[in-house]
Amino acid sequence: MMKIEAIIQPSRFESVKDALLEIGIEGMTVTEVRGHGRQKGHTEVYRGREYTVDLLPKVKLEVVLPDALVNRAVETILKSAKTGKIGDGKIFLSRIEEAIRIRNEEHGESAL
Amino acid sequence: MKRMGVWCCLLITLMVIASPLLAQQSPSPATPPTNSAAAQETPKAIADRLNQLEQKTAEAESHADNAWMLMSAALVLLMTGPGLALFYGGLVRQKNVLAIMMQSFALMALITVLWALVGYSLCFGGSGPIIGNFEHAFLRGVGIAPNSDYAATIPQMTFMVYQLMFAIITPALITGATAERMKFSGTMLFMTLWFLIVYAPMAHMVWGKGGLLNASLGGRFPTLDFAGGTVVHITSGVSALVCALYLGRRLGYPKQPMPPHSMVLSFIGACLLWVGWFGFNAGSALASGGLATSAFVATHFGAAAAALSWSLAEWFKNGRASALGAISGAVAGLVAITPAAGFVGPRSALAIGFIAGIFCYWMVTKFKAMFGYDDALDAFGVHGAGGTIGALLTGVCARMLVNPMFGEGKPVGGFDGHWVQVGYQLVGIAFAWILALVGTIVILKIVEVVTGLRVSEEHEIEGLDITQHGEEAYNLES
Repeated sequence: MMKIEAIIQPSRFESVKDALLEIGIEGMTVTEVRGHGRQKGHTEVYRGREYTVDLLPKVKLEVVLPDALVNRAVETILKSAKTGKIGDGKIFLSRIEEAIRIRNEEHGESAL
Repeated sequence: MKRMGVWCCLLITLMVIASPLLAQQSPSPATPPTNSAAAQETPKAIADRLNQLEQKTAEAESHADNAWMLMSAALVLLMTGPGLALFYGGLVRQKNVLAIMMQSFALMALITVLWALVGYSLCFGGSGPIIGNFEHAFLRGVGIAPNSDYAATIPQMTFMVYQLMFAIITPALITGATAERMKFSGTMLFMTLWFLIVYAPMAHMVWGKGGLLNASLGGRFPTLDFAGGTVVHITSGVSALVCALYLGRRLGYPKQPMPPHSMVLSFIGACLLWVGWFGFNAGSALASGGLATSAFVATHFGAAAAALSWSLAEWFKNGRASALGAISGAVAGLVAITPAAGFVGPRSALAIGFIAGIFCYWMVTKFKAMFGYDDALDAFGVHGAGGTIGALLTGVCARMLVNPMFGEGKPVGGFDGHWVQVGYQLVGIAFAWILALVGTIVILKIVEVVTGLRVSEEHEIEGLDITQHGEEAYNLES
C-alpha cells in the first residue's frame, strides 16, 4: 500500500478530484494548506510599511491505494493538476505499513 | 369567474378611494369663529388665544428638538458600540479582537455609571473656570425641565444623556494605542481616572458654564469647538501617544507583519462611524434647526473629501488605493470637521477634509516611522493629529454667516477677518495637549503600581482574548 500526497493549486482541485473519480478512486482526505517552493509571494503595504507574503494557499490531497493502482493515480493527478507554471505543486509517495477500517476492523488492502 | 373577480376588485378599490370624500367631516375642536363671532371677541380672549398658540408653537419646536436630540444620542452611542468596536476589532489580530471590543463595551457601562454618579455634574455643574461641582451628583436636579444655560428647548435629561455618549466614546478611542498588550484591569482603572482627571475638566472648560475656554458662555479664551475636536479628539489622541510611548512596542513590532485580521469588520465599523457622526456633529447644535443642517452637511463633506485625499495620497505613493486607507481617510476627515462642523460652510468643509486626509496619512506613515512608536491602531495619528489640525482650521474658516456665535454682525473666524480667533484656538489646543500629557503620565504611574499596565510576554503571544477574558472569538470548527 502506498500513500500519495499531492500538493496542488487550489484552482485545479475540482479537476483532479473529478479525474480520480473517473478512474475509480473515491476515498481521499483534503486539507487547505499554505506553502511555497520556488514561487514568489506578493507584497502588501500596511500603514506605509511593505510586507512580503510568501506563504501561498494550496490544497493537499492524500490518498492511500493498493500498489497496483498507484501509477495510474499519479499519472491522472499529474495530467489534471498541471498548468505548466511555477507553483503547480508536488507529489510525494510513501509506503504505508497498515490500513484498518474502523467500522468492521478489516485489515490490509481490503480496508482501502 | 375571473372576469367577475376583476370587476369586484375594481369596485372595492373605487369604494376605498371614495370613502374619505363620502365621510362626514367631524367638527374640529378648535374651529375658528366666523367673522361675525370675531367681532364680538374681547381683546383679552384674543390675547389668551395668542398665548396658547405661542405655547403650542414652543412645545412643537421643543418636541422637534427633543426628537432629534434623542436620535442623535442614540447615533453617538452607536459610534462606540458597534462602530468603534468593529473598526478597532477588525484592525487587530484575531487573537485580540474580543479584548478590544470588550474594552469599548465595558466603557459603555462604566462611564455611564460614573456619569450618573458625578460625571455630569463635574462637566456641566456649577460655574467654575476649570471644573464643575457636585450640584448634580446622582443626577440631582436633572429632570424634564430644560437647563437654559445649555439647551433651552430640550429636557435637561436629554442634554445629559446626549453628553454622556461623548464621555463614553472619548476614552474608548485611547484603547487603539494600547491595543494587544494592555491588561483589562489596568484599562478599566486607567479609564476611570482619565475620565475624572482629563475628560471632565476639558469638557467643562470648553462646554461648561463659566469654563475658561467656553466660546458660547463668555470664556476668557473662547475656543470654537462645536462637537469636541479638543475635548474628544485631541485629549484622547495625545493620551494615546503617551500611552503608546510608556507601554512600549508590541512584541515583534515593527519587523513582524501584523495586518488587520478582518478588514470587513473595520469597513463596517467605519461606515457606522460616518453615519453616527451625524449625531455627534449635527446633534451638537442641540436643536433641530438650520444649524443642525449646516453641521450635518459639513460633516458629510469633510468625510468625503478626506477619504478621497487619503486614497489619492496612497495611490500616488504606493500605486494602489487600499480599503484601509479609504476608511482611515474618512475617519480623519470626520475628526477634523468635528470642531468646525457648526461654524464653517460646505466648501470650507471640503477643504478641511481634504487637508486632514493628507496630513493624517503622513502622520500614520512617515511621522510614525520616523519616531518608531507603536500607536497600534493610529489613535494619535488620526484623532490627535486630526483634532489638532481641525481645531486650527476652525479658527481660520469660521464665519458669522454660518453661525453668528458672538452675536449678530460680530465676526467669528479668520474668514470674517477675525484672525485673533486662530490665536484662541491655539490656546484651546495647548490646554488640551498639556492636560492630556500631564494627566496621562500621572494616571499611568498610578495604574502601573495598582494593577500593572502590560500583560506578560507569554500572555501577549497567546493573545488577550484567551488570557484576559477566557474566550476565543471564532470557534469555526463545526
